[in-house]
Amino acid sequence: MKFSFLAVIALVALAFLGANLGSGMQYLFGVIIPYVAFFLFIGGFIYRVTQWAKSPVPFSIPTTSGQGKSLPWINHAKLDNPSTIGGVIGRMALEVFAFRSLFKNTKAEIHDGPKLTYESSKWLWIAGLTFHYCFLIIVIRHMRLFTNPMPFFIEPLEYLDGFLQVTVPALYITDLLFVGAVTFLFVRRLVNPQVRYISFAADYFPLFLILAIATTGILMRYVIRVDIVGIKELTMNLATFSFAAPPANLGSTFFIHLFLICALMAYFPFSKLMHLGGVFLSPTRNMPNDSRMVRHINPWNDPNIKPHSYAGYEDEFREFMAGAGLPLEKELPPEEPEEPAEAEETAAEGEAAQETPAE
Amino acid sequence: MADTKVEQMSVKVVEDPSLMTGAIPAKDWMDVPAVFKPGNYCYPGKPSIMEYHNKNLPGLFGESREWEIEDDDWKLPENWKEIIINGIKERLDKFRSFKIFMDCCVRCGACADKCHFFLGTGDPKNMPVLRAELLRSVYRGELTKAGKILGRIANGREMTIDVLKEWFMYFYQCTECRRCSVFCPYGIDTAEVTMMGRELLHLVGVNTNWIMEPAANSNRTGNHLGLQPHTFKENAEYLIDDIEEVTGLRLESLNFNRKGAEVLFVIPSADVFADPGIFTFMGYCMLFDHIGLDYTISTYSSEGGNFGLFTSNQLMKKLNGKMFAEAKRLGVKWILGGECGHMWRVIHQYMDTMNGPADFLQVPTSPITGTRFDNAASTKMVHISEFTADLIHHGKLNLDPSRNDHRVVTFHDSCNPARAMGLLDEPRYVLNNVCNNFHDMPENTIREQTFCCGSGTGLNTGEIMDLRMMGGLPRANAVKYVREKHGVNTLACVCAIDRATLLALMEYWNPDVEVCGVSELVGNALIMEGEKEKDQGLRFEELAVKEGDTDV
Repeated sequence: MKFSFLAVIALVALAFLGANLGSGMQYLFGVIIPYVAFFLFIGGFIYRVTQWAKSPVPFSIPTTSGQGKSLPWINHAKLDNPSTIGGVIGRMALEVFAFRSLFKNTKAEIHDGPKLTYESSKWLWIAGLTFHYCFLIIVIRHMRLFTNPMPFFIEPLEYLDGFLQVTVPALYITDLLFVGAVTFLFVRRLVNPQVRYISFAADYFPLFLILAIATTGILMRYVIRVDIVGIKELTMNLATFSFAAPPANLGSTFFIHLFLICALMAYFPFSKLMHLGGVFLSPTRNMPNDSRMVRHINPWNDPNIKPHSYAGYEDEFREFMAGAGLPLEKELPPEEPEEPAEAEETAAEGEAAQETPAE
Repeated sequence: MADTKVEQMSVKVVEDPSLMTGAIPAKDWMDVPAVFKPGNYCYPGKPSIMEYHNKNLPGLFGESREWEIEDDDWKLPENWKEIIINGIKERLDKFRSFKIFMDCCVRCGACADKCHFFLGTGDPKNMPVLRAELLRSVYRGELTKAGKILGRIANGREMTIDVLKEWFMYFYQCTECRRCSVFCPYGIDTAEVTMMGRELLHLVGVNTNWIMEPAANSNRTGNHLGLQPHTFKENAEYLIDDIEEVTGLRLESLNFNRKGAEVLFVIPSADVFADPGIFTFMGYCMLFDHIGLDYTISTYSSEGGNFGLFTSNQLMKKLNGKMFAEAKRLGVKWILGGECGHMWRVIHQYMDTMNGPADFLQVPTSPITGTRFDNAASTKMVHISEFTADLIHHGKLNLDPSRNDHRVVTFHDSCNPARAMGLLDEPRYVLNNVCNNFHDMPENTIREQTFCCGSGTGLNTGEIMDLRMMGGLPRANAVKYVREKHGVNTLACVCAIDRATLLALMEYWNPDVEVCGVSELVGNALIMEGEKEKDQGLRFEELAVKEGDTDV
C-alpha cells in the first residue's frame, strides 16, 4: 500500500516538474506522453486480448447458476444457465451491465453452536456498479473536449448530471458518487480483514491513481480556475493530430491531471484492470450449457489416448468371466495359457482389492 | 472417525483465531510455510500404482518412487523447477480459462467466504482468491516482466520447494466444487486453477494414493475398488436377494455385458458394494424391472466415477473412453447414467469432446414414454433423475409415497450436477413424488449455491478426517437447520461420493440423519406387481405405521 501511495505521489511530482520546467517539458507532458499512453492503451489492450484468444477453449465449462435445459415441462433458467447463444448474450449483458454475479454476494459468519449464517451483502455490488458507471459517464462528459461540434448527447448528459444545481458551476452528481465509491472500495480493502490480507500494491495503486485523477479534476472544476479554452485547444489538437505546442498557462493541476490519466492508460493493459477485457472472454460465463446437445471440439484432443481395451480386459479375466456365466467375445481356449493382448501391466493386484475408496 | 471430538471441534471452529473468526494473521501469506503433520495430508501414490500409470500414460506422472510427505526431501527430479515452469507455459497455451484466470482477478474478495474449506478452517489460503494466488504469484514471478522486476511488490515469487509443498497442501484442500465461480464477477473458476495445479504436481511425481489407486483399478478392472468381473456380478446379485426379502419378488431382469440391449446402464461402482449406495442400486433395479426396461450393466465399464478428473485431463479421457467403447461393442442404442456427481461433470462437459462423436448411438428416447431427450442429443447419455422424472410425469410409475413416511427428507445438490450441469429440479420432482415429507435447506446452501460434502475430488479418505469434517461443516450445518426446523432425518443426494462422505459427516455433526440416494426412495415407493405386503424399506428398516389401516 505504501509503495502504491508513494508511486502515485511520485507521478504527481513528476507531472508538476513537467508543467514547470519550460515549454519543452510541457510539449513532452502535454503532447508526446498522451499519445504514447493512448497508443499503449489501445495497442496493449488489443495485444492482451489477442494473446488470450490465441489459447483455445478445449472444453465446454460454463458455470451453471440455475436449472439447465432439460425436459420440456421443467422450468429452464434461460439466463443463469443458458443453452443458446441468445441466452449467453443475455447472461453476459447482465454480467457486464449489472454485475449480476456480484449482486448475489453474501456475507458468511460463524456463531456459537457452531452456526453458520449467510446474509445478502450488496455493498460491494453497489459501490462497484456506482464506480464503473460514474467512470463511464465522466469519460463521456470529457468527450466535449475532444469533439467539435460535440455529439448531441453530451449536453443533456451534463444537464442531468448537474441537476442538483447546488454549486457554481453545477455540482456533478457523478463526481460526488465517484469519489465516494472509490473511497469505499479503498476503505473496504483496509477494514475487511479478508480483503486486506489478499490486497497488494497492484490493488491499491489503481485506486490511488484514480482518486488522484478525480481529485485534480474536481479541483479544476470547482476550486482552481483553469483556462478551459486553452485546455480545449490542447485536447482538440491532440484529437486532430496537429502536434501543436500546448497553449501557455494551462497550470500545474491540469498537467498533473493529464499525466495521471496517461499513467492509468499506459498501466491498464498490463494490470488487473484488464478484467474489462477478461470478463468477455471468460469460458465459465460466455459459453452455452449445451455440451450434451452439441459436441464441443478440442483442437488438441489426443486421439492416441484410448481406453484400456475390452479385449485386454477379457483376456485378463476370461476364466473368471466364464465361471460367472458372463458372455465372452472369445471362448476359453481348450488348453493353452493365454497371453494378455495389451501390453498394459496389471495394477498391484492383491492390495488393490483391499481398500475401499469410500471410507 | 475424526481425531478431534465433535464437542471440541464445535468450539474450535468458532473460537480459534482465524480469518474466519475475525483475527488478522500476523504474517504475510508468502511467509507462512505449509506444515505437514499426520491428519492434514493424503498419502503419496504407491510406486507400483504409479508405475502402472506411467506405463499407460508416459510423461504425465513423474518418477514412481517411495517418498513421504513429511520428509524434507520429496525425491523430485533434478530439473523439477524447469518441468513446472514449462508445464505452466504449456497449460497457458492450451487453456484459455487458465490464462484469463491468471490475469484478470481484481481481488475484490467476493469469493473469500464462499469456500466450504475456508468457512470450516478459517485458513486464509483456503479463500479461493488466495488459493489461485498461490499459482498466480509464480506465474507473475517467473513468467511476467513486471513480476520478475518488482518481485514481491507485484506479488510475484519464485518457484521453490516450499511453494511446491504449499501447492500440494492447498490444491488438495479444494474439491473443485465451483461454488466460488458462481459469485465471481468474472467467472473465475478455482476448479480450473486447482486442476492445473494438480496436473503440474503430477508432472514431478507429487500425487496421492487415494486418487491414483482407484484410477488404476478403474482402468484395469473397470471400477475403483478393483472388483473383478465375477465379484462385481456376485455383489450385485446379493442385492437382488435383498430385494426379494423385502418385496417377495425375484427380479430376473438384472444382467451383465449383454449385447443387443437397448440401454447401457453405467453406475458409480460404489453402488454395488458400499452402504448406503447399495440401496440406491436396489432402487435402480426395481425401477427398471417395474417399467420393463431392456438394459444391461457392463462389468468392463462398471465405473461411472472418474478419478482421472482429479488428476489430469489425459487420465480422465482414458478412463471415460470405456463408456462409449462398451456402448459400441454391445450395440446399445443409448446410455443411461446412475447417481454420481463428478461422473456427471465428466459426462456432461467432457465426454463428447474427449471421446465422441457417439455417432453409433441414437438420440436417447425413453421406450416407456416416448420422450426424446434432446438435451442429450449428441452425447446420447441421460441422467437417471431425468429419466425417472419423465416416467413419473407421464404417470408410468405405480407409486405409494407413504412408504417413505418414516423419512423426513431434504436434498443435497451435489456440486457437479448443480454447477456444471444445472440438474436441480429433476431430483426434487422425483423426491416430491416418492415421499410426502420433503423440505429444502436454506436457499444460500442449495441449488447453484450448494455446499460441497467437504470430501470431493478424491479427498474422501480417512487420512484427513478432521479436515473433511471442517470442510463439510457448512453442509452439515444447513442439514442441522432443517433437522431442527422440520425434523429432517434423511439426506438424499445423487452422488456416490456424497453417499460415502455425507454418511461420515452426518455421523459426526448430525448423528441421527441418514443418507440415501434418490433412487432408494424411488425403490421404496414403487408398488411392484405381485409384491408381498411391505413392512420394510430397502434397508430392512420399519416403515411408518399407516393411519386408519389401508382404506384409500
